[in-house]
Amino acid sequence: MCLAVPGRVLDIEERDGTRMATVDFGGVVKEVCLEYLPDLQVGEYAIVHVGFALQRLDEESARQTLELFAELGLLQEEFGDPWETAAAQAGVDPVEEVRNQ
Amino acid sequence: MKYIDEFQDPELARRLLDDIHATVTRPWALMEVCGGQTHSIIRHGIDQLLPEEVELIHGPGCPVCVTPLEVIDKALAIASRPEVIFCSFGDMLRVPGTGRDLFQVRAEGGDVRVVYSPLDALRIARENPGREVVFFGIGFETTAPPNAMTVHQARKLGIQNFSMLVSHVRVPPAIEAIMSSPSCRVQGFLAAGHVCSVMGVGEYPELAERFRVPIVVTGFEPLDILEGVRRAVRQLEHGEHTVDNAYARAVRPEGNAAARAMLEDVFEVTDRAWRGIGVIPGSGWRLSSKYRDHDAEHRFSVSGIRTAEPAECRSGEVLQGLLKPHECEAFGTLCTPRTPLGATMVSSEGACAAYYLYRRLDVPTTTTVREASPVV
Repeated sequence: MCLAVPGRVLDIEERDGTRMATVDFGGVVKEVCLEYLPDLQVGEYAIVHVGFALQRLDEESARQTLELFAELGLLQEEFGDPWETAAAQAGVDPVEEVRNQ
Repeated sequence: MKYIDEFQDPELARRLLDDIHATVTRPWALMEVCGGQTHSIIRHGIDQLLPEEVELIHGPGCPVCVTPLEVIDKALAIASRPEVIFCSFGDMLRVPGTGRDLFQVRAEGGDVRVVYSPLDALRIARENPGREVVFFGIGFETTAPPNAMTVHQARKLGIQNFSMLVSHVRVPPAIEAIMSSPSCRVQGFLAAGHVCSVMGVGEYPELAERFRVPIVVTGFEPLDILEGVRRAVRQLEHGEHTVDNAYARAVRPEGNAAARAMLEDVFEVTDRAWRGIGVIPGSGWRLSSKYRDHDAEHRFSVSGIRTAEPAECRSGEVLQGLLKPHECEAFGTLCTPRTPLGATMVSSEGACAAYYLYRRLDVPTTTTVREASPVV
């Protein structure tokens, strides 16, 4: 959870006096707070952590990082169903799988 | 050839590895601070590609792993109360407290909800004015600013039924504690890139100078890690100990000024216990007195909960780089992701989970090292 994920800003609006954006993370779209990067513009990429944009990133770096995180399963962890993940952790034992092969 | 071909740019990876191999003349031990880096290293076999003189030691950089048992027990006590909606990030669900975890509290009828952002918890508080909504605020310097902003917003908007159980930790005091230990073997650090994207690099020169240790700010991609290792090894071989930013595309020297200002406003530095390690002076944040009304520990009177860490889990030694996960007797037998003794086996960023997930059940063989390395 300390890993932040790069995303692309799709649109920006003020809500309750707070600057918010819709951000695309390789297909998953989330609401993101821009209070820490108030001059971020539509089309730009940023490192986003738990719903907050924390630092700008260039497009190529963002794409590569997204690919890596997808490969490591971190996108599933960040955006997937956490209860399913917890249940899977509770019920799946890769060592037994390996031993049974 | 499993490893090198899977790199984003295998040719660049080979060049970096060649340079590291050509530079190294004697043994060096580097610690990667961040759990995300640990997973990338193990997943891509980077530790096996490096010259045998370069040892990577896994650091304490997983926030879930270092959250003390007694904080988990406080969370469980609060989450079990009928008037409470307890909100948490998903990776805290199965971290064992004494006897149970948040997953079980929910099964027993507790209203435990997983949120993507702390702002989601604030929204739940607005939608449920008759309930007490508590957010579990853990994490390093990357997570602290979003949580700080959320408490700030709660106060600004007058949302009285929102509070936060805060157990934030800071990296530089942990580095100081690791370097001050008589058993410390670490000679260089790969600092956590995303922590530095918030905090900048200003806290590190004093540490690098005092402990005469190179600190290289490093990202998470395999090539980032190889570059971090390359720069650290070069410094060590030349007798240097400076702070070097190898992740400049995401880390400005000053970090994020707005985020740092909010941290200063909402939190104050405090001593903090790290799971399996003990108390590290000045290593944490708690809510400042200005925000005491939103402090769940105060609101639900759980400050008195004191829990001793179990002796059988050696995650504290793993977190300090004194023990590799597979060297623990319980690893893969008593302790698995299904039956974790400690958080290092539960968390997706934990070193024990990385070794388990990527089948590092045994000590790597020299044959594997030779096969994996492009340099004979």
